Amino acid sequence: TMDNQGYCGESFNSLQSGTSDEDMVEIAGATLDFSVTDDVPPLDREYAGEKSNNQGNCGAVNSTYDAMAEPVPGVGTYEDFNTIDWVREKSKDRDRHREIASKSKESTWALIQSVSDAFSGWLLMLLIGLMAGALAGGIDISAHWMTDLKDGVCLNGFWFNHEHCCWTSNETTFMERDKCPQWKSWAELIIGHSEGAFAYITNYLMYVSWALLFAFLAVSLVRAFAPYACGSGISEIKTILSGFIIRGYLGKWTLIIKTITLVLAVSSGLSLGKEGPLVHVACCCGNILCHLFTKYRKNEAKRREVLSAAAAVGVSVAFGAPIGGVLFSLEEVSYYFPLKTLWRSFFAALVAAFTLRSINPFGNSKLVLFYVEFHSPWHLLELIPFILLGIFGGLWGAFFIRTNIAWCRRRKTTKLGHYPVLEVLVVTAVTAILAFPNDYTRISTSELISELFNDCGLLDSSKLCDYINLNSSKSSNELPDRPANSNVYTAMWQLALALIFKVLITIVTFGMKVPSGLFIPSMAVGAITGRLLGVGMEQLAYYHHDWVIFKGWCTPGADCITPGLYAMVGAAACLGGVTRMTVSLVVIMFELTGGLEYIVPLMAAAMTSKWVADAIGREGIYEAHIRLNGYPFLEAKEEFGHKTLAMDVMRPRRSDPPLTVLTQDHMTVEDVETLISETTYSGFPVVVSHESQRLVGFVLRRDLVISIENARKRQDGIVSTSHIYFTEYMPPQPSTSPAQLKLRSIMDLSPFTVTDHTPMEIVVDIFRKLGLRQCLVTHNGRLLGIITKKDILKHMAQMANRDPDSILFN
Amino acid sequence: VIAMWALLTLHRWIIHSGLKICCMLLSTQSTEAKNSEDIRCKCICPPYKELPGKIYNQNVSQKDCNCLHVVEPMPVPGKDVEAYCLRCECKYEERSSVTIKATIIIYLSILGLLLLYMVYLTLLEPVLKRRLFGHSQLIQSDDEVGDHQPFANAHDVLSRSRSRTNVLNKVEYAQQRWKRQVQEQRKSVFDRHVVLS
Repeated sequence: TMDNQGYCGESFNSLQSGTSDEDMVEIAGATLDFSVTDDVPPLDREYAGEKSNNQGNCGAVNSTYDAMAEPVPGVGTYEDFNTIDWVREKSKDRDRHREIASKSKESTWALIQSVSDAFSGWLLMLLIGLMAGALAGGIDISAHWMTDLKDGVCLNGFWFNHEHCCWTSNETTFMERDKCPQWKSWAELIIGHSEGAFAYITNYLMYVSWALLFAFLAVSLVRAFAPYACGSGISEIKTILSGFIIRGYLGKWTLIIKTITLVLAVSSGLSLGKEGPLVHVACCCGNILCHLFTKYRKNEAKRREVLSAAAAVGVSVAFGAPIGGVLFSLEEVSYYFPLKTLWRSFFAALVAAFTLRSINPFGNSKLVLFYVEFHSPWHLLELIPFILLGIFGGLWGAFFIRTNIAWCRRRKTTKLGHYPVLEVLVVTAVTAILAFPNDYTRISTSELISELFNDCGLLDSSKLCDYINLNSSKSSNELPDRPANSNVYTAMWQLALALIFKVLITIVTFGMKVPSGLFIPSMAVGAITGRLLGVGMEQLAYYHHDWVIFKGWCTPGADCITPGLYAMVGAAACLGGVTRMTVSLVVIMFELTGGLEYIVPLMAAAMTSKWVADAIGREGIYEAHIRLNGYPFLEAKEEFGHKTLAMDVMRPRRSDPPLTVLTQDHMTVEDVETLISETTYSGFPVVVSHESQRLVGFVLRRDLVISIENARKRQDGIVSTSHIYFTEYMPPQPSTSPAQLKLRSIMDLSPFTVTDHTPMEIVVDIFRKLGLRQCLVTHNGRLLGIITKKDILKHMAQMANRDPDSILFN
Repeated sequence: VIAMWALLTLHRWIIHSGLKICCMLLSTQSTEAKNSEDIRCKCICPPYKELPGKIYNQNVSQKDCNCLHVVEPMPVPGKDVEAYCLRCECKYEERSSVTIKATIIIYLSILGLLLLYMVYLTLLEPVLKRRLFGHSQLIQSDDEVGDHQPFANAHDVLSRSRSRTNVLNKVEYAQQRWKRQVQEQRKSVFDRHVVLS
């Protein structure tokens, strides 16, 4: 393990420290000692050391300042927009755990502490589930209400939306399920009657005004309080989970603003969903609740385990699919997913789903609006249209990613990005003006999907279910295929127009400066296409039941084709084409339907769509946005297939000045400070001397700055000419020379090294598997250069003929 | 300054109490007696022979939720009742109007508070500051912004350990730091388009 904690009194035998080539003796001494005191926990070693040594490193009065007397606050933390050191965090946690485990044998109180430490993870998961479930329930209820606010108000109590206003009324009719006198549309309130051209225009104007108001409030709140709350958040969470730090991204202001503005953005009629932002909200809950437990507050690696579970909770409350949520976290969002996290994520997702169910936002204990309840069988020949839907989904996914990235890039680089508020308002105005005339775009997208997923029976009276009922003595399930009436044809072309509208408007909506998700619009596009194809197939089968393809299985009077199923398969195909989800998508869809009947069509469509989309463009939408923003995300799924070596990638290159290093005992405080101010490197290797270039360790810039500043302020005697030592023992100094500063405790004594002839494939693999941030390169045992994660990303970009300067962070 | 502090603490209190209310509602929903308006049995009957389709709503309990109890008056004569009722579908539904009311009111109050705070920050605070402290203070507070050094965070870490005895000073300091953070975020997201484009 690394000796970062630096317990003082680490003495071995009374060996002197040589300054040059007596290092061999020192190293030998170190190995001897380690073999003896192998599993003694650090505390005991400290006691043993103090008893046997008289070196006076700790506690003896001298003029050296031992920088490890108490841990300096801030050492071990990270800069904003930097990558964490996974190895260091994990070993810190192992040390802490070892300490607690060893102390637990001492007293009952310590035993209770160790039990509560083990239990704290589960308690944290419970709290995250409760909080995220409650927030999701609140968001659902508020969004429903606000969406209906664009249409009218309830006189019974303004807090009821349209459906709940007419819940107890007896005035609802079969054809108009939501009619009641207590619900007044704006035309009725303003001009008194609800029919006629004037009323239509009033309703239109009020709809557009409310939409603009909601959008304006949303973008102003985001801009004023939490600019990190915009967008979907999944790309940034992916990067955070791979080790990046974005301070404030998962903070409490971001949580509050994201929750409030998500409701506003969804209610304004924009073509966006709330699933992606719900993942961000759940991760914010996770991050905030981590602060209650020291174990997770202080350790970045453990915190990311909790955040993986929180991401699972987010999808679970969005779709009412706990298993799908865990698989989504595993497949899409997380980088390292230890097995322990799997069980805990599932627990948290279940708690959240249960909490949401008790809040019951949709009535009937449904967790999501478009829960599917039919179970009609499908025939093997229908796989052909399902695969066609998959191909469409893949094509649409690739098209959407290309156009959306182009639009976002334009927003990033041209003047379009200087007017975010105006952009949101213009897009909302266009959306509202174009959406109102068409019945299928006026309703919220979730309701549209729910209507499209619905299988038409005798009890339905919507336009889409206006079939001619020939044989009126059948019961309401198991209806045969019927010919369509005129309303169905109206609905078909209205849906086609809605499809074109949604395809175009989502491209400009995703990525705006309001919380926006992508799942619902993609599913809507797929569902519309699927339903159109399904109704087409159904009518084809009815009118041409003597064709060869229908003859065997679709006799007249049988219920062969279910357009609702086609809509569902289409939705899955489009969602898979955009996000490139595989297992998680199928599991989410099958949890939505509550049965395994439709797994084969869903899988066929999802696989086809992924293959088609992958053939056109390699990345899903989230990876594409990561690439656009230049985050240092090392893709775990890509293979590195080039034959370069470590020396081709390392810095310094042949033409550059040699590597900036610190020596272990020749530098003064002034030298180090000059070095820090002249360079921008985030870490420096420490060598024995400039001539020998033999590696001692690696020290981070931030730790150096904090330690030196702390020493200057807290310890008298440290001036610019004080010597800095990274060695074990400092040579005794005459009392006239200034105090010495020992910084061995902040140095990483076991930096990872590779030789210069190591193939880059192995180097990339090491970086991925261990989560390294930098790796030193040696040649014949001497330090030659350094490879950082940013260098690897730039190299990979160069190999793929992309611009290497697009990698912005390290 | 007192107003700001009160606003901030009120904020946090409202969020916490909102969450507590939600959790309380969850627990009491199952135990308290259900409001009779919050349950219903909804029967949908499709068109039958010449009769149009109709929907029947009544608040009866779950055991009485079937066609014979709910469909009143029965539109068909006695011998057709069974055929009619076979095609009707009756579902028992319940909701919690208290939850809905509480959620909407909490949401609107938080939204209102945030809007008020935003108006205060953008419009009123500069005016108040200018009147109370004059121009110099305003310029001074703007200079704190824009510390782009990568070690702004490091200095923060060290300065946090200095003790501040005055509570109001603490609040003022915390608010200034928060404002600086939001400004940094706004620069990265809105102006330089570095993150979240």
